[in-house]
Amino acid sequence: MRMPDWFTNLGAPGTFYKFAGRLIPWLAGLAALSFVIGAYGGLVLAPPDYQQGDGYRIIFIHVPAAWMSMFIYVLMAFWGALVLIWRAKIAAALMVSAATLGASFTAITLATGSLWGKPMWGTWWAWDARLTSELVLLFLYIGFIAMQQALPARPQSRRAGAVLLLVGVVNIPIIHYSVQWWNTLHQPATITKFGAPSIAFEMLWPLLVMAISFMAFFAAACLWRTRAELLLNEVHSRWTYQLTNG
Amino acid sequence: MSAPAIGGAVAGLVRRDLRLAAQHPFQWLMPLGFFILAAMILPLGVGTDQNLLQSFAPGALWLCALLAALLAQEGMFRTDYEDGTLDLLLISPCPLPLLIASRVFVQWLVTGLPAVVIAPLLAHSYGLSWTSGWILAITLLLGTPLISLLGAVGASLVVGLNRGGMLITLLVLPLCVPVLIFATAAVRATAGGLPVSGHLLLLAAMLVLAATLAPLACAAGLRASGG
Repeated sequence: MRMPDWFTNLGAPGTFYKFAGRLIPWLAGLAALSFVIGAYGGLVLAPPDYQQGDGYRIIFIHVPAAWMSMFIYVLMAFWGALVLIWRAKIAAALMVSAATLGASFTAITLATGSLWGKPMWGTWWAWDARLTSELVLLFLYIGFIAMQQALPARPQSRRAGAVLLLVGVVNIPIIHYSVQWWNTLHQPATITKFGAPSIAFEMLWPLLVMAISFMAFFAAACLWRTRAELLLNEVHSRWTYQLTNG
Repeated sequence: MSAPAIGGAVAGLVRRDLRLAAQHPFQWLMPLGFFILAAMILPLGVGTDQNLLQSFAPGALWLCALLAALLAQEGMFRTDYEDGTLDLLLISPCPLPLLIASRVFVQWLVTGLPAVVIAPLLAHSYGLSWTSGWILAITLLLGTPLISLLGAVGASLVVGLNRGGMLITLLVLPLCVPVLIFATAAVRATAGGLPVSGHLLLLAAMLVLAATLAPLACAAGLRASGG
């Protein structure tokens, strides 16, 4: 099977730079629009929870952030595989750019979770299995970022980072289940996050719209950072010269 | 390369590493010293209440062993990188993962095994029964090679860095969470009179998985960062 030309051309940093530049305004617009709709639907239209009152509304930030935190790590590992197999420059730039965003989403998940936990569970932090694995995920992100900061900015460092991501992605299920197992051994399951078997539609659609918003924001911000990363990596190439000299 | 030639190369590397370790006893005495010292200094901080000591002995001893094993990983490829041995390993016709596996094995033999041997004594000093002490030693026997393997992956990624020790710990510690959980659970189960074989089998399964995959990841890491 042969890829269409416009797709293979995207592998060239110059072409990708222009393509990303055209894409970013649309993604940013989608992110802003769906954020407003989702926030209105979640904070105004959705009814209060019968048990948690208005406190549950933090899920419209918390749950999409949690989804993103896990999705981004897997996505980074996928780009890491592309880096190792094809030495793809674009994938390397995307991988590095996504790391800080992923770590931020993880931190937001932990922060909003603990804000929610204080009134609902009566404590900022519990050694719950989900909380603990999210915390370990934050450390995995921090390890990757620290490593990329410590190593010189060159393709070899990106490939080393890609190996770390692949090792991490193999380990995440093992860590997740071991933590779950550890938690159930130590304390009875006192915490059921959303006891109801299914979530009401009035609450579900704002949640999904917010998830779209977060995803679009991530795509826009990641492409933005990737553009900067590509410029830095390709300072001495022809297309950056042409870009800066008209 | 034929099978006997590969066997000869691996045996030669093992002999060389063992001889080097014998010539530099501090290389393996330091992690052991760290393990004993850290474990002995802990009761000074938390007091000598026997019940308290007994309850956190498995976790405390395992954490000390974990940190000692990780700190020892910093020097794993350092001297090889500096004197050019690593380049020879990289261009050798012998499969690199195999060479790395033998290197990790020797590294574990000189830094991990002494900790396994001394563990029952330390456990006894924390007031654990001899049975618990033996189970602790068995979990260390299964767990420290695992940590050496994971630590070798971390070391391979930052091989060119001057002060990579802290970074290796930062990279590898989150990956060690399952080892810590199952190993301490096994010791705690012994103290409570519960069966331990499940925990030990899970540890062994993780060891098999790591022994299979970690040398490959380590080889990819060395080729990426050291080549």
